[in-house]
Amino acid sequence: MQKNKNTIFDDENDDKLYILSVIVENKPGVLFRITNLFRSRNFNIESITVGITEKPDLSRMTITTVSDVKTLEQLVKQLQKLIDVIQINVLNKENAVYRELALIKMNAKDPTTRIEIANFASIYRGNIMDISNETITVEIIGTPDKIDAFKNLVSNYGIIQVARTGVSALPRGAVNDHL
Amino acid sequence: MMNEMSGAAALMAALEKEKVDYIFGLPGGANLPIYDAYDALVDSKIRHVLVRHEQSAAHMADGYARIKRKAGVCFATSGPGATNLVTGIATAYADSSPIIAVTGQVALPMIGKDAFQETDIIGVTNPVTKYAFQPRVANEIPEMVKKSFYIAESGRPGPVLIDIPKDVQQQVTRMDFPEYIKVRGYNPIVDADLSEINKACEMILKAEKPMIMAGGGVILSGAFSELQTLAELLSIPVVTTFKGKGAFPENHPLALGPIGMHGHAEANKMVQEADCILAIGARFSDRTVGRFDEFGKDINVIHFDVDPAEIGKNKSVNAAVIGDVKSSLRSLIKLIPKNFKTNEEISKLWLGRKRELVNYYEDSIKDYSREITAKKALKKLREILPADGIVTTEVGQCQMWASLHFDVISPGTFFSSTGLGTMGFGFPASIGAKAARNNVPVVDIAGDGSFNMTENSLAVSVLEELPVIVFLLNNQMLGMVAQWQRTFYNRRYSGVHQKNCPDYCKLAESYGAQAYRVGSMAELDKALKGAIKSDVATVIDIPIDPDEDVYPFVAPGTGLKDMIIGA
Repeated sequence: MQKNKNTIFDDENDDKLYILSVIVENKPGVLFRITNLFRSRNFNIESITVGITEKPDLSRMTITTVSDVKTLEQLVKQLQKLIDVIQINVLNKENAVYRELALIKMNAKDPTTRIEIANFASIYRGNIMDISNETITVEIIGTPDKIDAFKNLVSNYGIIQVARTGVSALPRGAVNDHL
Repeated sequence: MMNEMSGAAALMAALEKEKVDYIFGLPGGANLPIYDAYDALVDSKIRHVLVRHEQSAAHMADGYARIKRKAGVCFATSGPGATNLVTGIATAYADSSPIIAVTGQVALPMIGKDAFQETDIIGVTNPVTKYAFQPRVANEIPEMVKKSFYIAESGRPGPVLIDIPKDVQQQVTRMDFPEYIKVRGYNPIVDADLSEINKACEMILKAEKPMIMAGGGVILSGAFSELQTLAELLSIPVVTTFKGKGAFPENHPLALGPIGMHGHAEANKMVQEADCILAIGARFSDRTVGRFDEFGKDINVIHFDVDPAEIGKNKSVNAAVIGDVKSSLRSLIKLIPKNFKTNEEISKLWLGRKRELVNYYEDSIKDYSREITAKKALKKLREILPADGIVTTEVGQCQMWASLHFDVISPGTFFSSTGLGTMGFGFPASIGAKAARNNVPVVDIAGDGSFNMTENSLAVSVLEELPVIVFLLNNQMLGMVAQWQRTFYNRRYSGVHQKNCPDYCKLAESYGAQAYRVGSMAELDKALKGAIKSDVATVIDIPIDPDEDVYPFVAPGTGLKDMIIGA
């Protein structure tokens, strides 16, 4: 099994958000090795999600990072050196589907506020997960931008708590690497 | 092969299968079963060397590995035993040296309970190991040992840790010793990626003033004859990194010696005048190139390396060939047309430049007028020591003087802690080197500051009959720090006086070693000849001037063009 060498790099020198989809051994200590690499080499992690793949002995980590192309290239090479890393795909908005889930709890003592928030949630295809006399909790699924937009929209009501999962992603279309 | 045995016995059997002949270690509570299994070996080729501090065990394994060019093995117990190894493991990691560190760990049910002598050594060593294993059941051990050697020795070599809980060492179970193993996430490059080799070759052939910069990768890969063939074929002068010192015979007309912070002046100068640099197995460290942005600016820089992550890490290059540098060099040599002729006039001028610069710096770099100086002493060492003798160093001024004034003639006979710069490395590492090659003299070029850190290895050198020579340039100072305080802190000396304590001759003799204190070059001559003939460890105490500086000097954060050649 070869690690993917054909990663696609943008040719800009500006910092950009990249999504790394990393297939790793599903065993203890792997998450530690990866995050420790980011720390010791001064790379940045915006978000990280981990879950089991279609194969029980492999996990998929989706890591979002903001960097320039040169740093990204170095990051990918350093990750490839880790023995528990099986494969890395660099994904972007065009070649991947990517989603994040957020739970947002807001002040909603006033019944009209609750209705307004429920309307906004419905426009954003969100779900009301919990409602009380004082608060309302909405679940929003989408790109990080969409979640940011919803947060901005409801910020006037007073956001009390936010929990975000970080981005999960898969490349679009047919799979040509077989693990 | 299927057998019932304990985890500890399986460890020893697996090490025998890897043809291990030396283990450097120290027992303790959590690795008692391993030592018991060692004791139970019958007709074994494995010899255990009892160290006096675990740091030295790791350095010995490292020194052994660098000369034998296969992994060295060290043992330590859990907790403090394991943490004492860390400096040695980090040293090996920084210099890409393959060692296998086997640590005892508290029993599985005690892990995470802050048990006595419990340390999360895998967590502690994570940034300085290539990989780490912790078997949870005993029958994982044979496969883990085999994988450890494979990972440590292949690709870009490095240290691997095996942390074995005590109950796993004791567990008796059926063992299977695999003949073949596969690590699916690990694909060290076997065949070179030659896609840019034609481009690289063209750049070299059309260059008027090409230069080879040979790094430690040449030594790790044993590409000595390939390097020499290439250099001679095209009449290209060769500079080395400090780790690459001795990759190319330093008495060769094309040799310029190491570049860098304390590189040879003519090498530092000429590397800036080159119009094409071929870096082979080098990582463009700050110590070597000064400033990344100034080094090789506006010229073609070509990089051969086994580690893809080194390409473009510190220095963007114009062509890269990824692979073992020995095979990459062979491919490059094949590409050179049979009838290729360098422009002789230009080539002559380029090579003539070396003589001009050597003469210039010979006159302008201060030589101290004392009877014994570091420079004179090292020239004497070269004169007396056979070409195949092995030389290592401590860290500090002694190390940089060795780089400047001791010419390595036989490739691969010199090594030092060049990446991490670990004081106390040289002496135990020289004992490891002696274990790896006991038919040649082994010398540790030492300073008093570094030697103090691991001097208790004298017991090991004497008792284990691994005699080495400590060539102690004694200025009673932490000399390199003193030099920086002299240069950058207006002579405000702070915390650098060692005050000639202990008396190194008495110290050596108390361990049963031989000692000389020399006051003249004639005495040094005699001491060296005596030491080389001796079958017991020898300390040669060479008092030198505490004010003797190392020059030339490229100050940190500056470029090679800012080289200072004297105070």
